Amino acid sequence: MTDVSQQIQPPLDPVEPAALTEKPRNQWLDVWDQFRSHKGAMAGLIFLIFITLFCAFGPLIWDVDPGKLDIRNKDVRPIYTVLWDGDAKVSWARPMGTDHLGRDIMANLMQGGRISLAVGWTAMVLAILIGTLVGVLAGYFRRLDWGLMRFTDLVLSLPILPLLLVMMLLFRDPLRAAFGPETGIFILIVTGIGITSWMQTARIVRGDVMALKEREFVLAARSIGTPPRRMITRHVLPNVLSPIMVSATLGLATAIITESALSFLGLGFPSDFPTWGKILFDSVDRMVAFPERVLWPGLAISLTVLAVNYIGDGLRDALDPRIRGM
Amino acid sequence: MLNYTIRRLVLSIPTLLFIALVIFLLLELAPGDPMGQMPLTIPDDVKQRMREALGLGEPWYTRFYLWLYQFFIVEPQYWIDGIFGTNFADGAQRIISFQSRSPVFDTIAERLPQTLWVVGMSYVVGVAIALPIGIISAYKQYSVFDQAGTFVSMIGFSVPPFFSGVLVIVIFSVQLGWLPSIYDTTHQVVDWETFKFQLQQMIMPVMVLALQTTAQVSRYMRASMLDNLGQDYVRTARAKGMSESVVVMRHVLRNSMIPVVTVIALGIPSIFGGAIITEQVFKVNGLGQLLILALQGADIPMVMTITFLLAVLIVLMNLIADILYGVLDPRIRYD
Repeated sequence: MTDVSQQIQPPLDPVEPAALTEKPRNQWLDVWDQFRSHKGAMAGLIFLIFITLFCAFGPLIWDVDPGKLDIRNKDVRPIYTVLWDGDAKVSWARPMGTDHLGRDIMANLMQGGRISLAVGWTAMVLAILIGTLVGVLAGYFRRLDWGLMRFTDLVLSLPILPLLLVMMLLFRDPLRAAFGPETGIFILIVTGIGITSWMQTARIVRGDVMALKEREFVLAARSIGTPPRRMITRHVLPNVLSPIMVSATLGLATAIITESALSFLGLGFPSDFPTWGKILFDSVDRMVAFPERVLWPGLAISLTVLAVNYIGDGLRDALDPRIRGM
Repeated sequence: MLNYTIRRLVLSIPTLLFIALVIFLLLELAPGDPMGQMPLTIPDDVKQRMREALGLGEPWYTRFYLWLYQFFIVEPQYWIDGIFGTNFADGAQRIISFQSRSPVFDTIAERLPQTLWVVGMSYVVGVAIALPIGIISAYKQYSVFDQAGTFVSMIGFSVPPFFSGVLVIVIFSVQLGWLPSIYDTTHQVVDWETFKFQLQQMIMPVMVLALQTTAQVSRYMRASMLDNLGQDYVRTARAKGMSESVVVMRHVLRNSMIPVVTVIALGIPSIFGGAIITEQVFKVNGLGQLLILALQGADIPMVMTITFLLAVLIVLMNLIADILYGVLDPRIRYD
């Protein structure tokens, strides 16, 4: 939709030759310009990049094994505790402190962030793939529409969180045996979140595809004999990209929260395998004495999700041609 | 409208049956054996008979049918007997928990009030906060209040209840010592002092859950108000010389409430899902905690029944939302 309007638009002033020769601007540059004007979205993007770099490349600089036990240096408080409590047990070697087994909290936060973000991204990609597939098929092929949408409605009326908990409990051991403790749980959580969160995307995509199907350029493409497969990949998919991108950001946010919630209920990753939700869950028992151990992983989850939500907000504005350019 | 309602009600039966089947088959795959906790000294043939006594020897479709029969026929009979003192059930077999060996519905009835108190109260509070925020945000679009409202609802969307719950416990229970961190369900309200204590212990779980509701509902309220504020009928109302409060509160608000009411109905099941986590944080022994315990103990009838009840709630609320939409908005006609 957007690219069509960009290309057709005639130069406003025909006597000005410069306007004619001016190169048409790439629509993604327009989107970026609009996105940049959204302060919250920019702040969110910067934070997301920062936290991703922190988790991805942090362990290269902060070269501490997150699982290494160091009982002599257990329960070290973060270094900033000195500001109000001179007697606190702090150490420059452990700037964010250690837990009750002497594991370094900063290294754990990095490692946990890697897993939380990886789960979030993979589950989101899976959900978007399923949702787009179902939505495009239902919207494009009238024969499939009824069945697929009834199926979507059915899945929508399943109680998701209890079912996810049941799935975690049932398939944990077989998958762990088949793929090893880490990969098995990773596959389980990603699949679980992916197959329970595609429905909104499917509904939105279906609606947009149905509207697109009635437009002239689709008719034109069909009249020159474009087969359905090429029609979908060349004409339909690029035009439903904006709603897909917006629901992708929403999906990333929910996937991160769901993974943390499962870990928090004790049904996520195994205990010696940190994720942000898991660190939070393990620290709740000792939060009276060591509130910072709850605070940092919780803040990491909340700020990441907040950043992603703001990016989604900015994307929605930037991708909407009615708002863009005003 | 009645025609439509009946059609939807009939259509929801296969939906519910399908959901029951999905949950049942998922649980059927459970490797967790309810006999796994029994001592190893029990001989194998006794164990086999115990399995049969639990009803595990039958094929899955027999047990599925039996569960359906018990859920839809026997349990309502007991329910009616309990209210009117009749004897429809006539000692028929009820759904029995593997863990406690007592009827599942008795346990659920014990736990339901706690959950309903916390969840229901939080929903009412959440909606009551959300509506004025949404109205003012839309009326004064892009004002400081609107920006603040947007920010608060973004926080409500982003901060998961297991973090906000823990955070308020750290602040208000640990640091300030104002509120108890554990919800005491045995507490009886008899006089002013106990009422005050009840209020104190409820305020944190209720507000944590309400934040989620507020975030969602206030966004919808704002968007819906904005849609309506630009309509021609609003200009007409103003041109007739109506006061601003009449225009906003009577004309715009009534029309804006139509989609919001359906959102409120649709949000009820998800708040129960959120309650699972909140109950875990504040140690409320409600339905969510019961579900977690049953899951850990491989108590299949209990998990099945609670999950299915949640599904019934979702289907019911979808139905109510659709019907409400038709009743409130005369432009929507389903027939």
